[in-house]
Amino acid sequence: MNKITKETNNWTEDQPIVAINNVHKYFGELEVLKGISMNIMKGEVICIIGPSGSGKSTLIRCINALNDINSGSICVQGQEVHSDHLDKLELRKKVGMVFQQYNLFPHKTALENVMMAPVQVLKQDPKVVRERALRLIKKVRLEGREDSYPGELSGGQQQRVAIARSLAMEPDIILFDEVTAALDPETVKEVLVTIKELAEDGMTCILVTHEMGFAKEVADHIYFTDKGVIVESGSPSEFFDNAKDPRTKEFLSQIL
Amino acid sequence: MDVFYNLFLSLYENTGINLTIIYDAYDRGRFIDGVYSTIWLSLSCLFFSLIIGLVGAWLQGSKFSFTKRIVQIYIQLFRNTPPLVQMYFFFFGVGALLPVVEGEFGIPEPMISAFSWAVISLAFFAGAFNVEIFRSGIEAVPKATIEAAEALGYSRTQAYIYIVLPLAFRVCLPSLTNNMVNLVKTTTLAYAIAVPELLYVSNQIWSDNSNVPEMMIVLLLVYFVLVGILVWGMSSWEKKLKLPGYGV
Ligand SMILES: Nc1ncnc2c1ncn2[C@@H]1O[C@H](COP(=O)(O)OP(=O)(O)O)[C@@H](O)[C@H]1O
Ligand SMILES: [Mg+2]
Repeated sequence: MNKITKETNNWTEDQPIVAINNVHKYFGELEVLKGISMNIMKGEVICIIGPSGSGKSTLIRCINALNDINSGSICVQGQEVHSDHLDKLELRKKVGMVFQQYNLFPHKTALENVMMAPVQVLKQDPKVVRERALRLIKKVRLEGREDSYPGELSGGQQQRVAIARSLAMEPDIILFDEVTAALDPETVKEVLVTIKELAEDGMTCILVTHEMGFAKEVADHIYFTDKGVIVESGSPSEFFDNAKDPRTKEFLSQIL
Repeated sequence: MDVFYNLFLSLYENTGINLTIIYDAYDRGRFIDGVYSTIWLSLSCLFFSLIIGLVGAWLQGSKFSFTKRIVQIYIQLFRNTPPLVQMYFFFFGVGALLPVVEGEFGIPEPMISAFSWAVISLAFFAGAFNVEIFRSGIEAVPKATIEAAEALGYSRTQAYIYIVLPLAFRVCLPSLTNNMVNLVKTTTLAYAIAVPELLYVSNQIWSDNSNVPEMMIVLLLVYFVLVGILVWGMSSWEKKLKLPGYGV
């Protein structure tokens, strides 16, 4: 199975790592995504912004198949995500995700949270995984908190463990869904610094965020969505300084 | 030891407090057998009721509506009828339908012993409550936590084994302890189908010696200690599993 997909998949790095094409998604009667298209290249940092309820979470959850779609296509490294032949594990090895509410496993320590999936899912050698996990915990500046349980960590610390947990799977792409929205203003920065470092290391990042300053500084491309459509997109300077659509202007005037 | 036994014999001669289960070898023997029988009965019932609870909760979470329906009917049947009636139903009702087999000495014996019927009926009785307890524990695990596991590549089954069940179990423990305590106390019903457990042997002893008040006190104390050990064990387990940083 794996062999066949590898042979038929002739994706190369000059093609989009994530290609979203005319995606429609309904929740019952409600059309949440109304024909979304975007192409994301390897190493790019994409920020998706827009009012609450505009379908941002739904969109990125479709990329790692946490949600399904009704029509259109999403390809990750040339492989169709919403097909009957999808190898979910392969997809989720490639695409990591960090959530607004961290969603750590509360019965495991920070280190165990980072180690669990590679050991239990990928069946990697615990010794090797442990080394990597310790390195990642250091990378997110949580050295010394390896043995703390999620309940003993602040929101910002938990979110950084969640980022390390996602990195431990060595993904090619990470999805961030409003990962600073639940944090105190003081701790937002520590998480953003971590994400920025990831972006500088060349990780492909797709972020849903309300942190405009961060988007301006780090994003290669910004998409503004409203009610299930992409209203406007462009580089940060195009977007922040030359927004054309009245909906974008209104949103920016409220938030800036 | 004889000194000790004689002490209780003279206690009887001097005060009338008659603890035959200490100084009389025969009574002592059957009382100890009764204690063992109660412990063994309790452990067997606990074990099978937990298995029934787990399987039931799993079937209830399945996508087939008929398995859900069957589990629901089972729960209603066993929760809404008295456990003594259930035990009679199994022992006299179902037991009578089963063939009689030849025992060790060629004497005809029922296929399933009274002890086994007690285990079966009590395990189903307590199991019905365990299904509900486990199910509420599983439902208490946030969907978002399961999603996080799925996003890390866990299959549904793996997420269940590594994340949902360990978390659900912690939620369940207090009500599970309650149900287990009730189960241990309910094992006295096996008296009614002549399983020689504590209550049954005590009854024999007080009939032979007319020492009802003494035996009543002994019975209460023994159950008090047995249940006390169970509760102590469960609450230290609960403490051990407590998630640091959550709750008080
Ligand atoms: N699982 C679901 N079932 C039904 N409706 C949903 C579900 N998830 C999201 N929605 C609806 O879809 C719309 C978009 O939600 P969401 O993608 O979460 O928006 P955003 O992340 O931009 O705030 C909202 O109207 C929301 O109520
Ligand atoms: Mg959202």
